[in-house]
Amino acid sequence: MDRDPRVCVFGEDVGHYGGSYKVTKGLAEKYGDLRVLDTPIAENSFTGMGVGAAMTGLRPVIEGMNMGFLLLAFNQISDNCGMLHYTSGGQFTIPTVIRGPGGVGRQLGAEHSQRLESYFQSIPGIQLVACSTVYNAKGLMKAAIRSENPVVLFEHVLLYNLKERIPDEEYVLSLEEAEMVRPGEHITILTYSRMRYHVMQAAKTLVNKGYDPEVIDIRSLKPFDLYTIGNSVKKTHRVLIVEECMRTGGIGASLTAAINENFHDYLDAPIVCLSSQDVPTPYAGTLEEWTVVQPAQIVAAVEQLCQ
Amino acid sequence: MKFISEAADKRIPCYRVLSDDGYPIAGSRFEQVDKETAVKMYKSMVTLQIMDNIFYEAQRQGRISFYLTSTGEEAINIATAAALTSDDVILPQYREPGILLWRGFTLQEFANQCFGNSADYGKGKQMPIHYGSNKHNFFTISSPIATQLPQAAGVAYSLKMDKKEACVVAFTGDGGTSEGDFHAGLNFAAVMDAPVLFICRNNGWAISTPISEQFRSDGVVVKGQAYGIRSIRVDGNDALAVYNTIRAAREMVIHEQKPVLVEALSYRVGHHSTSDDSTKYRPVDEIEHWKTARNPLARFRKWVHKNGWWTDDEESELRGSIRKQLLNAIQVAEKMEKPVLAEMFSDVYDDLPSNLHEQEKSLRETIKRHRQDYPTDVPV
Repeated sequence: MDRDPRVCVFGEDVGHYGGSYKVTKGLAEKYGDLRVLDTPIAENSFTGMGVGAAMTGLRPVIEGMNMGFLLLAFNQISDNCGMLHYTSGGQFTIPTVIRGPGGVGRQLGAEHSQRLESYFQSIPGIQLVACSTVYNAKGLMKAAIRSENPVVLFEHVLLYNLKERIPDEEYVLSLEEAEMVRPGEHITILTYSRMRYHVMQAAKTLVNKGYDPEVIDIRSLKPFDLYTIGNSVKKTHRVLIVEECMRTGGIGASLTAAINENFHDYLDAPIVCLSSQDVPTPYAGTLEEWTVVQPAQIVAAVEQLCQ
Repeated sequence: MKFISEAADKRIPCYRVLSDDGYPIAGSRFEQVDKETAVKMYKSMVTLQIMDNIFYEAQRQGRISFYLTSTGEEAINIATAAALTSDDVILPQYREPGILLWRGFTLQEFANQCFGNSADYGKGKQMPIHYGSNKHNFFTISSPIATQLPQAAGVAYSLKMDKKEACVVAFTGDGGTSEGDFHAGLNFAAVMDAPVLFICRNNGWAISTPISEQFRSDGVVVKGQAYGIRSIRVDGNDALAVYNTIRAAREMVIHEQKPVLVEALSYRVGHHSTSDDSTKYRPVDEIEHWKTARNPLARFRKWVHKNGWWTDDEESELRGSIRKQLLNAIQVAEKMEKPVLAEMFSDVYDDLPSNLHEQEKSLRETIKRHRQDYPTDVPV
């Protein structure tokens, strides 16, 4: 926001309240009430407002208080964010960033535990990225703001309290690159967002059992970084996808199709995808835990795949 | 305990300047329009009317795939355009091409968009009449109703940041006021002190839904107060009244930095579009009445004629000339090449990503192998 006066923030309670997850804390004091704008409760409207502002040269960062609420903004995101650059023949650009917390939290109830990346992935004209660490959250956010295309940045409700040392110098990450978390030889584990942590926990157990998993945080959900993923598949010949999306129509489903299509010859076994069940997230803590893929399941799946 | 009645004793009156005979109504306050502006307005209204007739016929003949007329609403289109400046950003619904016409969009440019040829600014990627031109400050039309209303607040926000001496003009029809975006767009604009001029073209019909089935309120003007927005009802078929209203409203919007709502009453003389036959749901004599007795062009012509600013000879000359230009523009547009295949994949993003690159390659290979199965007038 310092570097470019056109960058502004819209959302509910983003101003003096600092945002429901404190992502915009302090910004209103520093940049004023106009650049950090509190909007009435109408997701379709403030997303539409973001589109209008972007078409006129601003670079809005639009916050969905919870990603699930952005279902109300689906029309503006799909028809307008995604399409207006195309239908205007390139005359108007929509450099918006749409961001917010999503994913399964701790007993937030079904409506506040959704995985919107599933629903948005088909929309032409937008890019989807998911951050998972302090380092990549900053780098991806900067890249998203500087991109000329509309970008949806998925944050996770349970990852806001992570602490990590990051460089003082400015850095910007690529919106289309996956991150090699742990190189390995036996199996390629593809994951993103919070599931990265479950995978790494499972990896510890796997290493103790003598396995050498390669863990890749795909980060870019649309488009997939098939270059990095492909190189890994060609090396290990086995793929396990671990996601929080539901089984049907999730990111994992699309990724499975993409890998099968492009790297079929390199696979020694069918791709296994561990996802949440096709149920709304239950409120009860124990039930909620069972809808999310746990490290023990990941270990079991790897052991089976590597037989 | 006093309930506010659901209906006021009297309906909100509408502002009018000219009677049906083209005489200024006694006691009606208005700002005089000079000869040059008045003649330009009238000529533009005629051009719009003829353009609509000829393009409609072209669709009937199968030369373009779709068309939508503004017949009956020429005064709203042109008088509004004349009252604004070229810096005011227009967010249209789809029945406002007159504004582009006023701002200098040529008949050829209109034809190019309808034919989706390589000279179309939209590069053939939107359906006919969904014009868009950033150099004319006219946002590309998006079919879903009222989506432009919340966007108006965003554009206004941008103008506010730049402290520009201009406003946003967002249009919708009577049907559009039922959309959730109407509520949210107006509410936002009010809360944010956004310089937006909302114009509702109440033409009585939303395809086959008459206003009696669209809302129970006294039209649209009364909704303004519910949002804390100043509003006015004007006779949309009275070009002078519309001109005066928009001039005044624009001043308020810019200098007070708050939204204003204008309800322009009119009648949709044409069918909703070429996909509609309105005689199926409304009486033919009702349509005829508004086409003839309540015609906005006739009314304005009478006034311009009375001032000695327009003659019958000039009328027939103009009509003949416009007709010829249009037929020529259509011929030229029809013969022009369609956009090249690469345009199918361009502008989805700023640069072509690898997956689209792949898809384009795959399509090209398929076309090469089966050239006879693909249209020959699209350059590969």
